Amino acid sequence: MSESADVVIIGGGINGVSAAYHLAKKGFKKVVLLEKEYLASGSTGRCGAGVRAQWGTEMNIKLARAAIEKYEKADEELDYKPGIEFKQKGYLLVAYTEKQVEQFRKNIALQNSLGVPSRFVSPDEAKRIVPFLNTESLMGAAFCPKDGHINPFRATDAYARAAKRLGAEIRLHTEVTGIKVLRGRVQGVQTTFGEIHCPVVVNVAGPWSREVAAMAGTEIPTYSQRHQILVTEPVNPGVQGPMVMSFHHNLYCQQTPHGSFIMGLGDPHEPIGHDTGHSWQFLEKMAKRICWMLPILREVRVVRQWSGLYNMSPDCHPIIGEAPEVKGFYMAVGFSGHGFMLAPIVGQILSELIAGEKPVIPVEKLGLDRFAAGELNVEPSVV
Amino acid sequence: MEESTFLCRCEDVTLKEVRELIKEGYTSVEEIRRLLRVGMGPCQGRTCRHLLLQEISKATGKPICEIDLGRFRPPARPVKLGVVADGAEGGDDGE
Repeated sequence: MSESADVVIIGGGINGVSAAYHLAKKGFKKVVLLEKEYLASGSTGRCGAGVRAQWGTEMNIKLARAAIEKYEKADEELDYKPGIEFKQKGYLLVAYTEKQVEQFRKNIALQNSLGVPSRFVSPDEAKRIVPFLNTESLMGAAFCPKDGHINPFRATDAYARAAKRLGAEIRLHTEVTGIKVLRGRVQGVQTTFGEIHCPVVVNVAGPWSREVAAMAGTEIPTYSQRHQILVTEPVNPGVQGPMVMSFHHNLYCQQTPHGSFIMGLGDPHEPIGHDTGHSWQFLEKMAKRICWMLPILREVRVVRQWSGLYNMSPDCHPIIGEAPEVKGFYMAVGFSGHGFMLAPIVGQILSELIAGEKPVIPVEKLGLDRFAAGELNVEPSVV
Repeated sequence: MEESTFLCRCEDVTLKEVRELIKEGYTSVEEIRRLLRVGMGPCQGRTCRHLLLQEISKATGKPICEIDLGRFRPPARPVKLGVVADGAEGGDDGE
């Protein structure tokens, strides 16, 4: 006899465990999360660990603001003793061209109207906020003190433990090999350890979102792309407060509470695919750019480099909701590099949608059907 | 004894912390590394990886040769970012 569940979640990243927690909290009796490796083994555990509300579209700002508020209270809400290490020292987005200044001012006005306390700062003030910043050719910056850094492993662990306490099951090293759909309705999933009958399946498979959707006969326009990243030895944790991010140089650099610096850059020529290797070209380019921008880092040693996958969507907004042609097949995919920071609110929204309730933030505009309609509002602020 | 024995000296992780996590069911190098930072410091696990494998082996009864070692990532030893930047070819600095 095969088993059954109320909801099966595919993917053990931060969005999967957040969904499991929120569904269990909502009262779903049997929630089963399936992960083909171990928790945070994919994009979550490889990410830059930043959280920010400084986005360029109303949707991303609303989601990020709500997520940050939930992260602020996560240790308490999830009763997580080790702590998720939220270092709320802000994000400084540096501008080097008139066009960027204009875009930042526009973004800030929108952010302020939605309750995000960001502001435009002069190069002098930017230097006061990040004392080791090279201000050569800097035209100003956008700063929001509520943004920051969170430990992704701890955050995943926190949601996973809380979900388990509420009765959700988390099965590691269990791969989904098929999704059964009958007459436009989800019937269950096939795994490497047998079948599970369930009326609801949630695709939160990150870089494998498209492949998982295909198992349910749903075509989605997401694709994956490698982003490389490195970390240094720990030094005095007081060197740099905020994350520094430059769209001009396509890079970000943050000091973690532990003292190490994490930095990455986006390569516009990166091919599409699932390669998670690392290259010396990245190491050189990253070192050159960061030594120019934050010269004090010349003396700090890099100890490790790695990479992870962004799961991109055509407008750099996630796809959240039920697949229009497959009842019971929900997804939260295509986060375009900001899945970790949105996870607390995304898990809540998924649980509300699945319970048939009105979600706390309306997400109709994030449905899969938006691509067919062709009216895309592209997020401008992605590295 | 467990409290004062450091299994990972780069990241100050004690034997006690490792044993507690293993007892809770985290029995792979990668999982324990992510939660406790074992092997994430400047030595990149040169000292502690073997100690961690021993602990996992003791707790699970699996021989060490059957336990996944986890990923090894470059660089082989820590290098100053300035040294990498100065040694890099091509003109891609700040601008």
